[in-house]
Amino acid sequence: MKLTCLSQGGGYHFPPCHMLELCGFRLLLECPLDLSALAVFAPIPATAPGLIKAQPWYKTVAALHLWEPSLIGAVLVSTPAGMLGLPFLTRSPKFSGKIYATEATARIGRLMMEELVAMHAEFVQFYGPDERPGLPEWMKWEELEKLPPALREVVMGEGGEELGSWMPLYSAADIKECMQKLQSVKYAEEVCYNGTIILKAFSSGLEIGSCNWTINGPRRNITYLSSSIFESSHAMDFDYHPLQGNDLILFSDLSSLSSMTRKGNEFNGNNNHNEPMDEDAPLCDVSAIRTDYDNEDEIGRCLGGTDENLEEIDKISFICSCILDSLQMGGSALIPVGRLGVVLLLLEQLSQLLESSHLKVPIFMISTVAEEMLAFTNAVPEWLCKQRQQKLFAGEALFGHVELMEEKKLLLFPLLNSSNLLMMWQEPCIVFSPHWSLRLGPVVHLLHRWHADPRCVIIVEEGVDAEMALMPFKTVAIKVLQCSFLSGIRMQKVKPLLEMLQPKLVLFPEDLRMQCPLRDDNSCSFLYYSKNVMLRVPGLKSDIEVCLATDLAFQLKPRKLTERNMAIARLKGQLLLNNGKYLLVASKELPDLSNKQLLHWGSADSVRLLMALQERGIIGSIHWDKNTTGGVFSIQITKPEEAMIETSATKTVIYCRDKTMAALIYEAFSSVCDGI
Amino acid sequence: MAIECLVLGAGQEVGKSCVVVSIGGKRIMFDCGMHMGYLDHRRYPDFSRISETGDFNSALTCIIITHFHLDHVGALPYFTEVCGYQGPIFMTYPTKALAPLMLEDYRKVMVERRGEEEQFSYDHIVDCMKKVTTLDLKQTVQVDKDLQIRAYYAGHVLGAVMIYAKVGDTAMVYTGDYNMTPDRHLGAAQIDRLQLDLLITESTYATTIRDSKYAREREFLKAVHKCISGGGKVLIPTFALGRAQELCILLDDYWERMNLKIPIYFSAGLTIQANMYYKMFIGWTSQKIKDTYAIRNTFDFKHVCPFDRSLINASGPCVLFATPGMISGGFSLEVFKQWAPSEKNLVTLPGYCVAGTIGHKLMSGKPTRIDLDKDTQIDVRCQIHQLSFSPHTDAKGIMDLVEFLSPKHVILVHGEKPKMATLKGRIQSELGIQCYDPANNETVLISTTQNVKINATKMFMRSCSHVDLHSVTKSAPCLSDFSFGDSGASNLVRNEKVAEGILVMEKNKTAKILCEDEFLQTLHVKEHNVQFQYSRPLEVCREQVSCQSSSGLLPSNGSSPERW
Repeated sequence: MKLTCLSQGGGYHFPPCHMLELCGFRLLLECPLDLSALAVFAPIPATAPGLIKAQPWYKTVAALHLWEPSLIGAVLVSTPAGMLGLPFLTRSPKFSGKIYATEATARIGRLMMEELVAMHAEFVQFYGPDERPGLPEWMKWEELEKLPPALREVVMGEGGEELGSWMPLYSAADIKECMQKLQSVKYAEEVCYNGTIILKAFSSGLEIGSCNWTINGPRRNITYLSSSIFESSHAMDFDYHPLQGNDLILFSDLSSLSSMTRKGNEFNGNNNHNEPMDEDAPLCDVSAIRTDYDNEDEIGRCLGGTDENLEEIDKISFICSCILDSLQMGGSALIPVGRLGVVLLLLEQLSQLLESSHLKVPIFMISTVAEEMLAFTNAVPEWLCKQRQQKLFAGEALFGHVELMEEKKLLLFPLLNSSNLLMMWQEPCIVFSPHWSLRLGPVVHLLHRWHADPRCVIIVEEGVDAEMALMPFKTVAIKVLQCSFLSGIRMQKVKPLLEMLQPKLVLFPEDLRMQCPLRDDNSCSFLYYSKNVMLRVPGLKSDIEVCLATDLAFQLKPRKLTERNMAIARLKGQLLLNNGKYLLVASKELPDLSNKQLLHWGSADSVRLLMALQERGIIGSIHWDKNTTGGVFSIQITKPEEAMIETSATKTVIYCRDKTMAALIYEAFSSVCDGI
Repeated sequence: MAIECLVLGAGQEVGKSCVVVSIGGKRIMFDCGMHMGYLDHRRYPDFSRISETGDFNSALTCIIITHFHLDHVGALPYFTEVCGYQGPIFMTYPTKALAPLMLEDYRKVMVERRGEEEQFSYDHIVDCMKKVTTLDLKQTVQVDKDLQIRAYYAGHVLGAVMIYAKVGDTAMVYTGDYNMTPDRHLGAAQIDRLQLDLLITESTYATTIRDSKYAREREFLKAVHKCISGGGKVLIPTFALGRAQELCILLDDYWERMNLKIPIYFSAGLTIQANMYYKMFIGWTSQKIKDTYAIRNTFDFKHVCPFDRSLINASGPCVLFATPGMISGGFSLEVFKQWAPSEKNLVTLPGYCVAGTIGHKLMSGKPTRIDLDKDTQIDVRCQIHQLSFSPHTDAKGIMDLVEFLSPKHVILVHGEKPKMATLKGRIQSELGIQCYDPANNETVLISTTQNVKINATKMFMRSCSHVDLHSVTKSAPCLSDFSFGDSGASNLVRNEKVAEGILVMEKNKTAKILCEDEFLQTLHVKEHNVQFQYSRPLEVCREQVSCQSSSGLLPSNGSSPERW
């Protein structure tokens, strides 16, 4: 087994990506897009200096292009974000692998891809279709040289190796084709890849439908652990019990890594720019705005979910109260949050808050897929947390938005210029609309409208470089509330979790090694992986379990080796691999019924051999070789025919003209020499 | 290992489905239903046969309920709350949501209307449901270390499933009720090609072959349309769940197409609530509904609105869905009393009515007058239309399923005795599969074979997977028909090469298969080579070197000559 980490990703919207080689198959784990790189493109209408004014291309995982698509056997997708790059792979005619994702992930992922294509269409309209073959203008060296260093690094990576990762966006047809190739699985459904590897998805708690995988081959039981959340307010909790007892854990939750590095950048790079946020700092706690909530003071809290969940709920309430403040001042709120769970919770809490403060403010959701997305969330009870499931059994709607839509408090529109929207439009209002990169979608136009209004507020997610994102919208007077949401296992919970899961081997990211000191103990050892380095994982079991079919077991003719206290039998059969298990069955060929022995060891005793020959009517005499020592002798046979047996410690030669006679001698020999 | 199958209910009858199966030390109860036809002790399965001491927790590993119909779940609150079973119970999400509605409805009818002594209370139902673990389709649940269960879509009603259970190498399927053809709102039953030792299947329509459903639907719509265009009222007494939704989809669709404006009413709040459940469980309905719900949820009926009591005597045509289904009392009876005397009106009846109900009286013969009790009589002049939709598979469906799964044994339950005997004969003669149709409280014993687990060394595995083009082409036509047959081709990788090794069996150790070389190494011995020289021995003595060239093969059948 080999593991190559292709990308460590960057937070919730850009999960890590690996290539796992197992049982002779290549499994690609996730196929994401780095949509934060969209920041280098100017939004429409383009007024931003320094940004690339062109139809955006999309940044895939650079190292993935080094792998031959035809050799990728299967793709496992854990989260909706993990499938946004899939159409690039599936549209390659060489790709013929299987793709597995949970039903809910596949559904949400498809909607996200469709939304991306729909939003991109605006660029196509503006710049005209991309007709020229080859690379776009902005990718030429002279153009790249002109870019500010920060942007150039986004485009090219540190050493320029990421320039090849840019792709023009896929089409709606590509998405359709991709979805046809995808095999969706149910919660904890067993699927078998190629008869060899059994895959099962268990909830990871990160999002509706997000999962961790168990990958069981004939020789290994692997847990592929993606970003997980112990307790969630919307999605089903991290279900770690079924992961218990697997030999190997591929720890791929790098969420704490991405939040850590970003913090470092903020401190280093932002000093010489005007800070556009916190215009109204006294209004809300400074530390709460633009604060990483996952910080050190958390260390020491014990494993257990409720505190985390309460904290997340607190964050949501905090955002709601900030929004309420803006609304009360006559400003509007713009929520381009890309996390489905956060959107659903915000909707519920905001509506309650509006109700209690007797504020009549419309909530708009502007997205081409909003209607389908919200309808879907109310029809997946199987992937929701316990409290939501209780609602189901109590006969209530799963989410608050169902009622909001019925009461016309929440209004859905596919596009900003929908005629109905213009009729219903009123300010102040609350608008949910994509995209969190602030480069695509209705949010761009609304930001153009509100960016200079200090009464308004925009919610920006952690993982977005707010400064770069807001660059095209000078001057920024709008309040910017950047908030991080829990997007994985906290470092201090890693150790207790691993202790509970009891693996024998953990593949852990090298970059988290310092943060999370884990020591080998007698039951569990660690291997550390880093980006683009192939890690060979030694086998744990020396033997492989095989089932012996009953009919074959009955054909066995065991022989006792009394001095060794064992029985041995020659076994002949066909090896089948069924659902990841080996099975030996009797072959169709007729079983060989002769007592013939094929393998001998040790040596034959001269007297016993002579006796055995006599029993078969063969008469001869022993002649010892005087030149050598140690059991070298020959038997000269005189009756019924002339023949000779010459034997030493490791070799016997039978000289005989008649084949039947030779067979008889062989039989006699076999009866006195160990063999099978 | 053997499977022991104790039929506590639905043996040679329909009602109180309950089968207890023991496999490899595990004991599973499939369904825990009640018999609607009895009011005495016979209404529940005879639980004392599971455990004489009444310690059901140690006697049973788990209970699995296939769907929310009372003849499959009706005895569950009694068993858990009154008999004291505390162990795990599994059912699907829709079943867990809808079963309490059915149970409570039944309890009310029994206690409040018939004035019977309460078998279980409302709290019992609530407490019972708290103990239930939910299942998703195809979710593979490890109940304990050895027992694995999985649910497959059965199509019979919302959330109905067939259950696959496996202990070690022994596996079985209990179908519950199922439907092999899709209807207006549910898909057809779906199951993988599994290797089974036992299949327990329902056999409601053991001998019936049904014609196309569309003809029957057309007939129904024609009758309804004729009635309302004549200014009449249509009463459709139904169960709140299942049939009501199917007919609603049918009528809503027809209204849309024919541009009809006549109101369709739903009587009980129960049905409105049921519709809401159907909306949330869209994932459990048919593919067509699933594909379109984002744009329009099929269960958002355009033409359907709630009924108000005051509308009973309102003038003008209308269509009304009212519970209960067999006009055994309640609202459907109330409306029936008012509407039956007019010949313009229409009453549709479900396919099956329990004896003693008005529905049953209307079905048997054409009465013009029904005696409700001593004082009340109803003149029946309205039209009667009998629905013949059934969410059960027909004989062809059962045969198809049995053939598809090709289990080693089949047990028939949930059917009528003579018809079951006919089907049993067909399964044995046409499919060559051992088949049983036990009566209630009978036990069927089935022996199963078990594979032996051994270890194999890497070298042996490598020698097996060695690609030998010659042997592949040679043995291609002789694909084994061992228990795998043509099963799930995608999950089966077959090596055409015949592997050969040496099995070493030692006391207290798993047997191990090795290659010959490895075997010699583990014994710390050297191979003793045997050669043949088919020449005169004397010549050989003199010119040994030259004679080596004529070394030959062992003169037996020579099937494995490569060693020499």
